[in-house]
Amino acid sequence: MNNTVIDVHNISRVYNPDTIPVYAVNNVHLHLQRGEFTALVGPSGSGKTTLLNMIGGLDKPDAGTIIINGMNITELSPRELVDFRLHNIGFVFQSYNLIPVLTAKENVEFIMLLQGKSKQERDQRVQQLFKEIGMEDKLNVRPAQLSSGQQQRVAVARALASKPQFILADEPTANLDSKSAANLLDIMALLNADENITFLFSTHDQRVINRARRVITLVDGKIASDTAAVDISQPHKFETV
Amino acid sequence: MKWLAKLAWKNIWRNRNRTIITMASVFFAVILSVLANSLQTGTFDNLVKNVVSFYTGYLQVHKAGYWNEQILDNSFEVSASTKQKILSQQNIRAVAARLESFALASSADVTKGCLVAGIDAEEENNVTGLKQKLIAGSYLQAADAGVLLAQGLADRLQLKVNDTIVLIAKGYHGATAAGKYAVKGILKFGSPDLNDKALLMALVTAQDFYGAPGMVTSYVLSLNETKSLQATATTVQQALGSNYEIMTWEQLMPDIKQHIKADADSMRYVLGVLYMLICFGVFSTLLMMMVERKYEMGMLVAIGMHKRLMMLLLLIESLLTVLAGCVLGILTSVPIVYIMQKYPIRLSGESAKAYERFGFEAIFPTSTDASIFISQGLIVLVIGSVLSLYPVYKVFRLHPVTAMKR
Ligand SMILES: Nc1ncnc2c1ncn2[C@@H]1O[C@H](COP(=O)(O)OP(=O)(O)O)[C@@H](O)[C@H]1O
Ligand SMILES: [Mg+2]
Repeated sequence: MNNTVIDVHNISRVYNPDTIPVYAVNNVHLHLQRGEFTALVGPSGSGKTTLLNMIGGLDKPDAGTIIINGMNITELSPRELVDFRLHNIGFVFQSYNLIPVLTAKENVEFIMLLQGKSKQERDQRVQQLFKEIGMEDKLNVRPAQLSSGQQQRVAVARALASKPQFILADEPTANLDSKSAANLLDIMALLNADENITFLFSTHDQRVINRARRVITLVDGKIASDTAAVDISQPHKFETV
Repeated sequence: MKWLAKLAWKNIWRNRNRTIITMASVFFAVILSVLANSLQTGTFDNLVKNVVSFYTGYLQVHKAGYWNEQILDNSFEVSASTKQKILSQQNIRAVAARLESFALASSADVTKGCLVAGIDAEEENNVTGLKQKLIAGSYLQAADAGVLLAQGLADRLQLKVNDTIVLIAKGYHGATAAGKYAVKGILKFGSPDLNDKALLMALVTAQDFYGAPGMVTSYVLSLNETKSLQATATTVQQALGSNYEIMTWEQLMPDIKQHIKADADSMRYVLGVLYMLICFGVFSTLLMMMVERKYEMGMLVAIGMHKRLMMLLLLIESLLTVLAGCVLGILTSVPIVYIMQKYPIRLSGESAKAYERFGFEAIFPTSTDASIFISQGLIVLVIGSVLSLYPVYKVFRLHPVTAMKR
């Protein structure tokens, strides 16, 4: 059985092609297997966000194809892409992931409402996820009353609530102190193990990088190194933060 | 979809001040436009009522062609059945027959042209409330031999009650008419023109004077419901046939109609400015909101919310806000308008005297016509709804990646 979830074929993204072209992503080729826990690293401006946006169906490559779970998403219309994202991808952004007027629980429920899930299913999933992120006592609290770390944990719970193929997280720890960052990574790693959910997250924080099982390094829009390319069969060894 | 409505409701109150500003602009716009309109309509209705009841009546029936050539030869025979036919029409309250013509009036030393109106004393009082205009002497009896003089005319001729006046005129079919009458009473008309010219006598006396027995020049009609003026004119015309001409007060007094129209036009500019003000008020808050929520909307589309759902959400939010302002505005303006009708704005001092000289009470009542509330409410609602399309348009143009860039 083919276990490739993300299949990126030689994609490129050029900004300002007519004036001073910027090759934000330059001929990137990449595969991710189900259950991977992968960090996309690289200095600011190296193209991490651009690459994640294209994989997430938020942006289109100027060249190349992206195949998610066997489907070529570069051919989808914007409207089809919305449905695609809703059912296949969980997103965690750097900050402001949550709707401020809704409680933590309602924010997680929101995505399942978009999916048309039943009340029973929603309640069950919410209970389970809040247990996993260790925030059962914060169900009815608004985002403003939560710390940044707690907000990001709720964002991860929401990303998971839709039962996506994989989760894309663009610098999820950039606004967190090191303790909260470690805590968020713990939870992500736990969910990765428990639910066998694929994570692809970008970061330039070395302590976060150390927690990843695979590290893809981007420099000037190109893959400079990929630990999976070195040895994918090696058992994962944890480094301490 | 209940959750969407709930979310809309929560979003409405996420920035309470902003929502209150939006609602308040709509609220005050509705109140001001309703008030301006109802004051204008009420004042005009009052003006028309005054002017019309002075003398002209809401409708007049003449022999066809009389208005273009107002001579006795264009009179017609008074007929109880015609009168009955008119009265049997819906909306006709009363009918008064008149024989109107001109005469030279002389006292001992002065001679002056005057307008002679032969009237049915009772009918005339029903239609124009003539008795109330009496300031000296007594009112006419059915076949009274005396006459009533307008105050200005009496002054010019230096006549008082019980003095004698001599009239000379061209009678019916070219005959010469002459007569001598006792002044029975003095009338004060609001219209300066009438006040300087009018002389009233019993219809039979006038018919006798002009040598036109049984003839009248017009029926003056008063209505129950003054708004359906044109429709009533049409039904009367149909009932009487083409031998008669039916004229509305608007045709009989085109200058007043013109004045009202000019005033209504200038009110339209005032309202236009008012509507512009709400536009700015509402639009600026919508603009603020869209800037504030741009990132969030980009994020929601990114995670899988369809734009059409988000448009619906924003539409519900802004429409609810505008609608609430509108409904509150109407609910508040209703009692204000009713109170201002009951206790109208009343001028005092010099300007009040100016009005009173023309026979008006110096008051400006409001009109409680329901159509004013409905039309102004709807106009503001439509403006608000059109403005509500701005967020919808912004969502339509939204690109999640761009929206989430900071
Ligand atoms: N909308 C854009 N227009 C022009 N250049 C852009 C745009 N977005 C990103 N870039 C450029 O593309 C490159 C990669 O950006 P980005 O993907 O945001 O990098 P990272 O997320 O690694 O910081 C940078 O040089 C950036 O300046
Ligand atoms: Mg970035």
